Amino acid sequence: MSKIFETPLYPYTRSTDQDAAEPAQHPVIVVGAGPIGLAAAIDLAMQDVAVVVVDDNDKVSWGSRAICFAKRPLEILDRLGCGDPMVDKGVMWNLGKVYFDERQVFGFNLLPEDGHKRPAFINLQQYYFEQYLIDRVRQLQAEGKPIELRGGNKVLEVAQKEDCVDLTIGTPDGPYRLHADWLIACDGAASPIRNMMGLDFVGRVFEDNFLIADVIMDAEFPTERWFWFDPPFNRGQSALLHKQPDNVWRIDFQLGWDIDRDEELKAENIDRRLKAMLGEDIKYELEWSSIYTFQCRRMDRFHEGRVIFAGDAAHQVSPFGARGANSGLQDTDNLGWKLKLILDGKAPESLLDSYDVERIHGADENILNSSRSTDFITPKSEISRIFRDAVLDLSERYEATRPMVNSGRLSVPCTYDGSPLNGPDCDGMPERTRPGSPMVDAPLPNGWLLDRLGSGFYLVAIDTDVPETLEIDGVGITGLRLSTDGDADGYLHQRYLGEAKSAVYLVRPDQHVAARWISYDEAETAGALRKAIGRSR
Amino acid sequence: MTELNTTANIAGPDEFYAELLAVHEDLSKAESDAFNARLILLLANHIGDRAVLSQALRAASLKKRDEEN
Ligand SMILES: Cc1cc2nc3c(=O)[nH]c(=O)nc-3n(C[C@H](O)[C@H](O)[C@H](O)COP(=O)(O)OP(=O)(O)OC[C@H]3O[C@@H](n4cnc5c(N)ncnc54)[C@H](O)[C@@H]3O)c2cc1C
Repeated sequence: MSKIFETPLYPYTRSTDQDAAEPAQHPVIVVGAGPIGLAAAIDLAMQDVAVVVVDDNDKVSWGSRAICFAKRPLEILDRLGCGDPMVDKGVMWNLGKVYFDERQVFGFNLLPEDGHKRPAFINLQQYYFEQYLIDRVRQLQAEGKPIELRGGNKVLEVAQKEDCVDLTIGTPDGPYRLHADWLIACDGAASPIRNMMGLDFVGRVFEDNFLIADVIMDAEFPTERWFWFDPPFNRGQSALLHKQPDNVWRIDFQLGWDIDRDEELKAENIDRRLKAMLGEDIKYELEWSSIYTFQCRRMDRFHEGRVIFAGDAAHQVSPFGARGANSGLQDTDNLGWKLKLILDGKAPESLLDSYDVERIHGADENILNSSRSTDFITPKSEISRIFRDAVLDLSERYEATRPMVNSGRLSVPCTYDGSPLNGPDCDGMPERTRPGSPMVDAPLPNGWLLDRLGSGFYLVAIDTDVPETLEIDGVGITGLRLSTDGDADGYLHQRYLGEAKSAVYLVRPDQHVAARWISYDEAETAGALRKAIGRSR
Repeated sequence: MTELNTTANIAGPDEFYAELLAVHEDLSKAESDAFNARLILLLANHIGDRAVLSQALRAASLKKRDEEN
């Protein structure tokens, strides 16, 4: 049976653009149909922005790559109309175990907080993730939304013109040209666009190799994340075991720096490693194997004129913490509404500067966290190994040092503290929903808070009144009135009121808080909205 | 805010010092290093206060104030 990732899902077909005398002009072209490019395109198409996605490939991710998807990206996918298939297929897990040498040091529970529609994490193969995004593209096309996916289209050249980006695209029928008002480069960590434009991508190289073996097996192991430091079957290195749907298990062996890649990737050598780890009688089928190395780095700026970078093209982290695809989705979440307002002439082009500010803030946070995990997993000096081992030895016996054990700090969304788009805050209200923060989900009498928001500005009123609709400088705002009367478990109160008696939140289309007050005031709201769309400082 | 206590605070300083050396007596260099690391981590957890811990890290580096940063 052929795998989904071996099946062309968007094979090359000839476009009429290839026969045009002059390059066809498109409002937005997305380069790359990976998770980030697809999400960006879906977001824009849902807002009726015509978008063309080009990719030199025509299949989903080869092998699984990313497997852990966090709550915030799932919420973003809900907004994009494709959260359900991901969560229905995904594997839910909460328990993790840490081993050191031959011993289990401790186990932990992610203890997801109640009162959220989505779980803290699901495990899902990246190929399924991309497949469901492509399903969503097809659904939007059936609804008549302006979205096109062109496989076998490889960007060969890119040039910035005064008022557009000029692309040369290679196809099986030869090259053709396209013009875009805006180009979104989601062409991955090796970003050919970034290279063609001569832009820097500097950071820290980690001298380490990791072998991934995704194996299909009927194993009795529980649905938990197991992480080994210095185990007998992989001395001096680490290892990871984690479950994916369809009985696929992710096994990750740290190999060190000086290795022979071809040798390590031989089936008999992978087999030897798996048997040392899981026992001689283990029966499995190898679905995918790969050796990866990584870097932690980002671009200086995330947009250059009319070319905007998102996902791995803009920033790269180690896989520990599952921050790659998760943070890339937050890029597109941040970008979609801003680009729509600019294209509609409702916001100045300088609004894109806030994309850089906010998402560089996010990238730096991810790079910091993932570098720290890497330093714990692979100590860089004798003394850092002494401390690392001391933490692990103590953790077997005492709770005290367990929070220092770092096998990856799992992705959480960042708060855009200090963003130029943030408006006024209000004393006494909860810290976690301050301006810049993503809205925290909460159960409502008939559904979930986050399902009521997104793809437009909202004024959320709790125990007070706001207008049903409002228009400021051509930008619509929808009022949403909520009451703590129906809030039996007190989630709305805890997450949005704190010490305040009532609250009004101005919420951006990406579900981040722009400003908040005790009660509604038209002038205050107008001021905060103008700030949130970059029309005033 | 609590300040790092850099005045003498241990009753029976000679006994404490002797006890500290005694635990290291039969340890190899590697075992001693590991022991010291565990001890630092336990004591740091006991103190808990991040500001005090940072002060202790500065104090232990023996830098003069004007050398800092
Ligand atoms: C082993 C491993 C484990 C990981 N685990 C996780 C995890 O658990 N959670 C997580 O969130 N992230 C994880 N990641 C990271 C995640 O896989 C990436 O962050 C994610 O794939 C980035 O998506 P992207 O769309 O930016 O780029 P990509 O997925 O790399 O997609 C880029 C696309 O651009 C296309 N392209 C490139 N050049 C051209 C061109 N010239 N013309 C046209 N098209 C082009 C490519 O064909 C490709 O389809 C992991 C990564 C690895 C390697």
